[in-house]
Amino acid sequence: MSQVNITINGVNIQAEKGMTILEAARTAGIFIPTLCYHEELESYGACRLCVVEIGQGERKKIVASCLYQISDGLVVETETEKINGFRRTILSLLMHRWDSIPASLLEKYGAKSNERFTDNMTYCILCGLCVRFCHEVKGANVLGFIGRGTIRQVVIFPNQSAKYCASFCPDEMECLHYCPTGVISSQYYGSRPADGQALPHAHPVCINEDINILEILERVGYISK
Amino acid sequence: MSKLTSVSALDELRKDILSRRDPKKTKLSVCSGTGCRAYDSEKVIDSLKSGIKQHGLDDKVDLVTTGCHGFCELGPVMVIYPDGIGYFKIKPDDVDDIITETLSQGKVVDRLLYVDPEGNVITKEHDIPFYKYQNRAVFGSNQSIDPKNIEDYLAIDGYQALATCLSSLSPEEVLETVKKANLRGRGGGGFPAGQKWEATRNAPGDVKYVIVNADEGDPGAYMDRSILEGNPHSVLEGLLIGAYAIGCQKGFIYIRQEYPLAVEHLDRAIEQMRELGLLGENILGTGFNFEISVHRGAGAFVSGESSALMSSIEGKVGEPRPKYIRTSISGVHGRPSDLNNVETWANVPLIINKGVDWFTSIGTEGSKGTKIFSLVGKVNNTGLVEVPMGMKLHDIIFKIGGGLRDGKKFKAVQTGGPSGGVIPEDMLDLPVDFDALNKVGSMMGSGGMIVMDEDTCMVDVAKYFLEFLADESCGKCVPCREGITQMLHILKMICAGEGQPGDLELLEEIAAMTKACSLCALGQSAPNPVLSSLKYFHAEYEAHVNDKCCPAHVCKELITYHIDPAKCKGCGKCLRNCAVGAISGTKKEPHVIDLDKCTKCDTCFMVCPPKFSAVTKLSGNETLPVSES
Repeated sequence: MSQVNITINGVNIQAEKGMTILEAARTAGIFIPTLCYHEELESYGACRLCVVEIGQGERKKIVASCLYQISDGLVVETETEKINGFRRTILSLLMHRWDSIPASLLEKYGAKSNERFTDNMTYCILCGLCVRFCHEVKGANVLGFIGRGTIRQVVIFPNQSAKYCASFCPDEMECLHYCPTGVISSQYYGSRPADGQALPHAHPVCINEDINILEILERVGYISK
Repeated sequence: MSKLTSVSALDELRKDILSRRDPKKTKLSVCSGTGCRAYDSEKVIDSLKSGIKQHGLDDKVDLVTTGCHGFCELGPVMVIYPDGIGYFKIKPDDVDDIITETLSQGKVVDRLLYVDPEGNVITKEHDIPFYKYQNRAVFGSNQSIDPKNIEDYLAIDGYQALATCLSSLSPEEVLETVKKANLRGRGGGGFPAGQKWEATRNAPGDVKYVIVNADEGDPGAYMDRSILEGNPHSVLEGLLIGAYAIGCQKGFIYIRQEYPLAVEHLDRAIEQMRELGLLGENILGTGFNFEISVHRGAGAFVSGESSALMSSIEGKVGEPRPKYIRTSISGVHGRPSDLNNVETWANVPLIINKGVDWFTSIGTEGSKGTKIFSLVGKVNNTGLVEVPMGMKLHDIIFKIGGGLRDGKKFKAVQTGGPSGGVIPEDMLDLPVDFDALNKVGSMMGSGGMIVMDEDTCMVDVAKYFLEFLADESCGKCVPCREGITQMLHILKMICAGEGQPGDLELLEEIAAMTKACSLCALGQSAPNPVLSSLKYFHAEYEAHVNDKCCPAHVCKELITYHIDPAKCKGCGKCLRNCAVGAISGTKKEPHVIDLDKCTKCDTCFMVCPPKFSAVTKLSGNETLPVSES
């Protein structure tokens, strides 16, 4: 593997070509916060906590370090005032979906919940780790997203029964170990929705009861009554 | 029709078509675009057809059902050639007069002519200010062709540009031409099309794709729909030329399912091309092979974003890809894919036919050619307008658009759709130019132009666009999903009179983060309506937050309805129309609104006769004017 030279926070670092900024930084022991990243899975770029500034002067720009590949001579700043301000805003926003974000992270960036924000406490931050694990590692595609925007959520697709789910993960739903918020494990640790159970209960991560997924799926013709 | 196996066969066919046509013959060009259809233009066309037959005028008159002419405000629209008489708001009942007077005797039917706001009657379509100041290089052909008939397109030099490219220009020369013309992307970004083509051309790989982005999603914008409905071949010809220059054998058209007429005309056009051998193998005997498939999108706004569009073509959910790699290098199925907007493609044949010098003679230093806008909102003349780049916003709104309705005062113009920004009155001298609009925090976008008058609340406008974006965000990344949600929540509170000190700073904080950190262009540009309105109409936000006052009297929670006793003559109209019985009063005496019962439905305000204008909306600390007596 050929090596490239990059600078992170003023320190020269040698890293393998083809690495992302995040990989290079972590290899060098430099901390960059993430919530949707997992080294076993493909980068997803959704939480945007890992944003960093690259380039210098006029040409500075902000990129997601989990996706941006390094090249020789790249200059990276991971903790500028601007970047940390963005992280503070992102965390403050997420606190209104999930109230147990690790305190260390909140303290580091000074994030506080804001009384002017509306709560949407689903405890699921839509990082997609469970969905990606199910797809990339298990090849099962039992889990998936449904809806878009704020009504997006993770579901077990109704035509994928619990039995089908069990054929990939016989002992327990392994995806629960990937859930950063614990919302899957808190409900289904050691169990799984029973086969034949009424479908609305067969989507473990669907917390938002306001949305009737079956209704949506029927409407778009995905399932019939 | 038999297949054309050479460029000269195409020339022969064109000559044959032209020889069968008489330019002096009376031609009725009647709009049958979606806009005019909504005004029953199809019934008008049916009456015309049977009327022409009845009067035995078949041999003397050609009836052409065309796509959009642009002046949708006054549909159904008809132009009678060769004189160029313009008739507007035609009803099926008018057809008899058109036939017996105009077609049979050459007399003009006065009541169907355009009357300008000063009362002047204008006979010729091209003398009408709405058309006079336009430069309809791309859009003008709509009027002369039936989009369902490829012969009409061939008659106006259709596929001549393709023939020129295939027979006498190398792909490199075609690419150079487009680069020299500095054709910039009409879909909004303004990225030079030639550079995109070149990147795809130079990208490694044997299989490459060219794609038409017809996923037009901005509310109120319909330029691309009207080109595809009215002149699908111009886009298809452009696509083939691009494919030749880049080295592609396969193209996609990504079009919204909600554009049924455009899809129908496109499908028909592709079928006709195939019949003539303009698609398939060995096109015009030049060895160039090309195939097109039409992909219908399900109507997600985010699918207009290049990587989301390509995911959608692959059959996946239309979500943007997070990769820092351009789709021109790795697009559909990981192959190099060049994506350009409908209007961009439609410009290509013109550049080849008329030359780079012609194209670059129109426009500004950095933005060449023309741009089509859908001019909507509170202007007198709404419709599609095509203007040379560099025209001042003021000229578009006041000369072409005929100024504001009902003598109202101009307040702002919103360009660039939901991702664009608002531009205030003191900036109306701005030229329409990609860079000039970006500079002031708006953008060219695909060409939406919404004119707003003094009765528009800018906080309400920002809220409206964020509501749209909250619906359309794919929800994948946190800045866009959560950022838009909370910005919208704060705006709703401000409009409801629950604004607090610090709200505006908080909006700015979220907007800055969303702009900088979002995954795709939808999120990155989503804060524009908020940021630009905050910048140019800060006082209006402050009035909402600090004084609980909506100066434009739009935000329901912040206004109350009153009857000015000095003006009210007690006609009883408001009383009779009030749905909740909130108005009381005796005849010929001033009436009173019971604010506890009033639901602020605005009915009394609308029904109060203009000569009295006694119903008044008050907000914040405003009071009724003290009576003069």
